[in-house]
Amino acid sequence: MRLKRKDILGIEDLTPDELERILATAESFKEVSAREIKKVPTLRGKTVINLFYEPSTRTRTSFEIAAKRMSADAVNISVSTSSVVKGETLKDTAKNLEAMRPDCIVVRHSSSGTPHMLAKYVGCSVINAGDGAHEHPSQALLDMLTVKEKKGRIEGLKVAIIGDITHSRVARSNIYGFTKLGAEVTVAGPPTMLPPGIENLGCKATSDVEAALKGADVIMMLRIQLERQKESLFPTLREYSRFYGLNESKLKGAKDDVIILHPGPINRGVEISSEVADGPYSLILDQVTNGVAVRMALFYLLLGAAREDAVV
Amino acid sequence: MNRLVIKGGRLVDPASGVDGIYNIYIMGGRIASIKKADTDTSEIIPGSPGLDIIDAENLLVIPGLIDLHTHLREPGYEYKETIQSGTRAAAAGGFTTILCMANTRPVNDSESVTSYIKKKAAEEGSGVNVLPIGALSPGQKGERLTEIGELKAAGCAAISDDGVPVEDPGLMRRALEYSKAFKMPVISHAEDAHLAGSGVMNEGVVATRLGLKGIPNAAEDMIVARDISLAELTGGRLHIAHVSTKGAVELIRAAKKRGVNVTAEATPHHLTLTDEAVIGYDTNTKMNPPLRSMEDVEALRAGLKDGTIDCVATDHAPHSTIEKDVEFDKASNGIIGLETAFSLIYGLVEEGVLTLSEAVKAMSTNPAKAIGIDKGSLRVGFPADITIIDLNRSWTVEASRLKSKSKNSPWLGKTLKGVVVNTIVGGNVIYKA
Amino acid sequence: MKNKVVMDEKGIDRALARIAHEILERNKGTEKLVILGIPTRGYQLAIKLQEKIEQFEGVKLPVGAVDATLYRDDLGIKKDQPSLKKMEIPISIDGKKIIMVDDVLFTGRTIRAAMNALMDFGRPLSIQLAVLVDRGHRELPIKADYVGKNIPTSIKEGVKVHLKEIDGASEVIVEPAPEIKQ
Repeated sequence: MRLKRKDILGIEDLTPDELERILATAESFKEVSAREIKKVPTLRGKTVINLFYEPSTRTRTSFEIAAKRMSADAVNISVSTSSVVKGETLKDTAKNLEAMRPDCIVVRHSSSGTPHMLAKYVGCSVINAGDGAHEHPSQALLDMLTVKEKKGRIEGLKVAIIGDITHSRVARSNIYGFTKLGAEVTVAGPPTMLPPGIENLGCKATSDVEAALKGADVIMMLRIQLERQKESLFPTLREYSRFYGLNESKLKGAKDDVIILHPGPINRGVEISSEVADGPYSLILDQVTNGVAVRMALFYLLLGAAREDAVV
Repeated sequence: MNRLVIKGGRLVDPASGVDGIYNIYIMGGRIASIKKADTDTSEIIPGSPGLDIIDAENLLVIPGLIDLHTHLREPGYEYKETIQSGTRAAAAGGFTTILCMANTRPVNDSESVTSYIKKKAAEEGSGVNVLPIGALSPGQKGERLTEIGELKAAGCAAISDDGVPVEDPGLMRRALEYSKAFKMPVISHAEDAHLAGSGVMNEGVVATRLGLKGIPNAAEDMIVARDISLAELTGGRLHIAHVSTKGAVELIRAAKKRGVNVTAEATPHHLTLTDEAVIGYDTNTKMNPPLRSMEDVEALRAGLKDGTIDCVATDHAPHSTIEKDVEFDKASNGIIGLETAFSLIYGLVEEGVLTLSEAVKAMSTNPAKAIGIDKGSLRVGFPADITIIDLNRSWTVEASRLKSKSKNSPWLGKTLKGVVVNTIVGGNVIYKA
Repeated sequence: MKNKVVMDEKGIDRALARIAHEILERNKGTEKLVILGIPTRGYQLAIKLQEKIEQFEGVKLPVGAVDATLYRDDLGIKKDQPSLKKMEIPISIDGKKIIMVDDVLFTGRTIRAAMNALMDFGRPLSIQLAVLVDRGHRELPIKADYVGKNIPTSIKEGVKVHLKEIDGASEVIVEPAPEIKQ
């Protein structure tokens, strides 16, 4: 049952079989969170360091709760500056953390690839909690779990991911995840927000949102960041909202039982209208609940057995 | 007077069209004569006073390698490289002459900095000829011209604001125009800073996969086009540094056809690696211009073959761990290249991309021509700047054996063919493997 | 050596009937009783006990599953972590008499883990243990209240319970110790 890997750095590296295994395990862990006593002793004595170089209440809290429900000790380290500013190399940082003998480092960083570099420097497990515009594997897993619960399957579903694909790690991880499990993924956004060669990740790409939404079973709306306006990736929020935002009228092309996911926090009235956000298709809160279960599953599968190199 | 004889090696000198087994006689630091190895050698008596003999049997003997593009980092960044360590690395790489870029601290924009570099090189250097490149504008600020005449008089071989692209076409025009009087080539780091933006690698599929910001080829192409136009307008002497794109190769090829006075260089890494090397986020694959696509690499190779790209230049850019063992997008651009350059280009010979003669041409003959110095050939009367190489031996790139103070190389751990056995400058052996 | 069948389908059924009677007798009826099986086969046996008791007494007792995996004491030393099974506590266990059911009682470690798991769900009045087979070799001070059959074994032998619903046929077999190759 164990994942034959030290780290979870991206969905790109995972096989469909591994994805299924993580999702199945996460389903079991949902029960633990539903209990009165939401704690199991499984990872007693293990130490998890949450190393966050980027502010993130949601993801950090979710990892922290997941670790604590498994009885692991979770330590949060928030770093406001990159190693360059501190005058310390990433290797120094890694070696210092490793000297504290953690079993797992959960890392969030605004620079793509930082978890990969860290994983090379430390012997313990590394979980990528979001790196730059690269990947956010636990988010994609919780999205997949949510969809699987609601739709009973992932294979054969039509998934539309709408918004700033270029800067979205959530989009990349979900493209990999959903396509690996047999869904058909279409990404859509302004041409300035569709990175070159995105189709090579296994999805279709279009700037026609309505085309992307046609017949969709799942819609994933990405958060739009205001500062992209300064880079001229879109002219105004008003125009963005009109052509790329999700509202009741655009939703008509999707399947009747379409579900809507959003990695949060929502810009109401921009990428998603309030009526849609509060509508019956929105699963934003299920996503949060599933986030804890998925992260417990990752901890269990990475840390729940003796290390490969352990003497038994 | 000391004499040196290099006996029985395979001499390849593209400038004089020679490729054969020769004995080379050196006297007073210059080539005295070159004779076929099968001619009478009775005058070479081992043990004669003042006579040194190098047995070059089964070895390659070529005019000393010339690098138009290194960063020696001194003054100002001695923790990355010094003139001493950099020139030792150059000697170990088979280079006999190197040009060092102006982006030191202070910037080499005046006679005094140039003199400092020359003096240091004479006192502490390995013996490699060091020709500084003067800044094009004071402080590389891109505002006005430096004293190009004075820089030339102090020993500079070219001018460039390398690393900081000249943004103002007006200034570039004046530089190309004014430098004509002093026969100083203007080296252009062709990059549109606005278009490159905060990109950290080649724009394309790999960047999309890795979630890294891309730099499009157009950022280079448009400035190459601009500078060619300006060279055409002014009749100035333009040299394009580290060409990385197919578009730039095509522009330069067309310009040469029209008779524009332009030369160009490409680095060993742009000739051998693609942006796929960035997968894994090794910061030793981060450089500017970035590693490009296979299509670009193929265009560069074709350009080097047909002479569109005149020279191979290393863009040797030492950085310490504090600049490299950090987040990919925060890491400094550049890699060291002096010690791996020949082996990598010889790899192209092994692959059948270049002939050995073409490789030597790109690394010695043409760089000398590009800056107008009497080097790059082993003809009677020329300075005895010679590199001897064992093409049959391989070596493994290990941090501990690199002479450069910095170890930022993407080839660490790799085994390369072609070992530099001797580097000779002015008849003196300055490096021996 | 070959596997030895020590209980057949009828034998298993008889043993379960007896255990059902013993449970009713010891607890003076069905009041406050909850049956919880340890997946996978313990849970199946729990369902069978529920059926028997309903036959005898006309009362359908609540039945559930208690997965001990996350409470095991050998996770950190096993090379591979077991997959999670079903955890299903149908009602509040506070003040209830829990009949915990497993197929084979061996070292007692699984029962320890299951009791710990149970404690996280509340405070039962009592926990009683019913097993189909007790094969000895306890490593913890744990004793079954209801035993289908005591089967003395050597520690190297294997004891397997097969149930129709899961394995296609119901029987208890003893596997010989693996032969040491010369």
